[in-house]
Amino acid sequence: MARHVIAAVDEFPPGTRKFLEIDGRPIAIFNIKGEYFGLMNRCPHQGAALCEGPLIGLAQSKDPGEIEYTKLGEIIRCPWHGWEFDIRTGQSYCDPRRFRVKAYPAHVEPGASVVKGPYVAETIAVKVESDYVVVEL
Amino acid sequence: MNIQFRESSEAASPLAVKAAIADCDIHPARATRAELYPYLAKRWQHHLEVYGVHAYQGMMEGPPYPKAQPNASRRDAYPPEGGPQGSSLSFMQKQLLDPNNVQLGVLNPLNTGQGIRNHELSAALCSAINDWQIDKWTSKDKRLKASIVVGNEDGLSAAAEIRERAGDKNFVQVLLLSRNVEPLGQRRYWPIYQAAEEAGLPVGVHAFGFGGNPITPSGWPSYYIEEMVGHSQCQQSALASLVLEGVFERFPKLKMVMIEAGFGWAPSLAWRLDKVWQRLRSEVPHVKRPPSEYIREQVWWTTQPMEDPERREDLFDVIKWIGWDRLLFATDYPHWDYDEPSRVLPAGVNDDDREAFYLGNAKKLYGIA
Repeated sequence: MARHVIAAVDEFPPGTRKFLEIDGRPIAIFNIKGEYFGLMNRCPHQGAALCEGPLIGLAQSKDPGEIEYTKLGEIIRCPWHGWEFDIRTGQSYCDPRRFRVKAYPAHVEPGASVVKGPYVAETIAVKVESDYVVVEL
Repeated sequence: MNIQFRESSEAASPLAVKAAIADCDIHPARATRAELYPYLAKRWQHHLEVYGVHAYQGMMEGPPYPKAQPNASRRDAYPPEGGPQGSSLSFMQKQLLDPNNVQLGVLNPLNTGQGIRNHELSAALCSAINDWQIDKWTSKDKRLKASIVVGNEDGLSAAAEIRERAGDKNFVQVLLLSRNVEPLGQRRYWPIYQAAEEAGLPVGVHAFGFGGNPITPSGWPSYYIEEMVGHSQCQQSALASLVLEGVFERFPKLKMVMIEAGFGWAPSLAWRLDKVWQRLRSEVPHVKRPPSEYIREQVWWTTQPMEDPERREDLFDVIKWIGWDRLLFATDYPHWDYDEPSRVLPAGVNDDDREAFYLGNAKKLYGIA
């Protein structure tokens, strides 16, 4: 499993996302309130660029008339057909048995550790004093 | 708004099908209302500014239910130069026509002036839309063909518009909507069918419209999702009316296209009609043959929204009854329930049927060489 440096933490503020291609795979990384999540940017339904959709919450109901709205900002809604997926896990809420988006773990590593990695120099000018968002795949 | 796009958002999908296809339901939009003014007499420009447009429905302008996405459209379909989804020819070429190898694209403009109460204004707006379709779309890209939009509630002015456009190769069908003041088989609409038959143009019946009646047969529903599935109920009423009022008998060369209302319901409607017709035919002696015969001979179906049963064999059973020669592939671009050409048809279809489904049927029906 290779590590890929996405950006310096201070260049990737909360509420934004970055689109990239790694080994021919379209991937998006999200910064949600300082936590980082990676998803395959392709809807398993009909292939739209899933990660261009809006981030919403999860509307659920135990009984008609009772509505619970949770996971605000953690559910991605496909820009075409509105299919919903949990960006933490890639899980679908309409058909979790058949449809799942590939999730990629993303996390922050200190600059001193990423500068040692083999894939760093080509992609980004590393400043050792910064922390970096890194995805593994 | 927490949406953020890739810079290459308009780039071709790598999954795009390579064989040429027809797309029989594309919705071009106007960037502004003033875009129509060059084709509207000053009298009607002033009328719009002062009085606006009044539909038959009791609500204010606009659709009775908010749609799932802005303009009911794909969120990645905003043109880079601004304006609503579907308003840019160059972006439509880049996002839809080129990557999907669309050889024939049939334009069905919505919100045009159909189904509004002032019939003179309705006729003027529809005529302006038809001029606009030529100027902005079909004359600029030969793959695109237009539908003649007509003021449907006034059969005579609608027929006049059809006769004026007949023979113009920019147009390949007449466009009606499914929700009207009365069921579509009624006499008031017959001049439309007569003119279309004379011109050799199919009549497309697209879901939606503002006829003033509740959008389900049992009243106004609570949810948009009920409106979505209600389109098939509405289309069934329209089709039953066309058969039982004798439209197909009276106009035997008329071809109807059912657009954006599904097709999985077609066999069961035809079976029910046949069964009751055997018992009640004396009520409608002008319906001389079993209803299913008229339907199978004179009706075509666009695919979007394509039925998606769990077992693909169920889908193939329905299509077998309808006929692989009767389906017209459609994406419904740029609307949000768009069908992706490379993903919509399950595996297991032979090459001839696949070609007919994606292209051949449409070329034959619309007379494209």
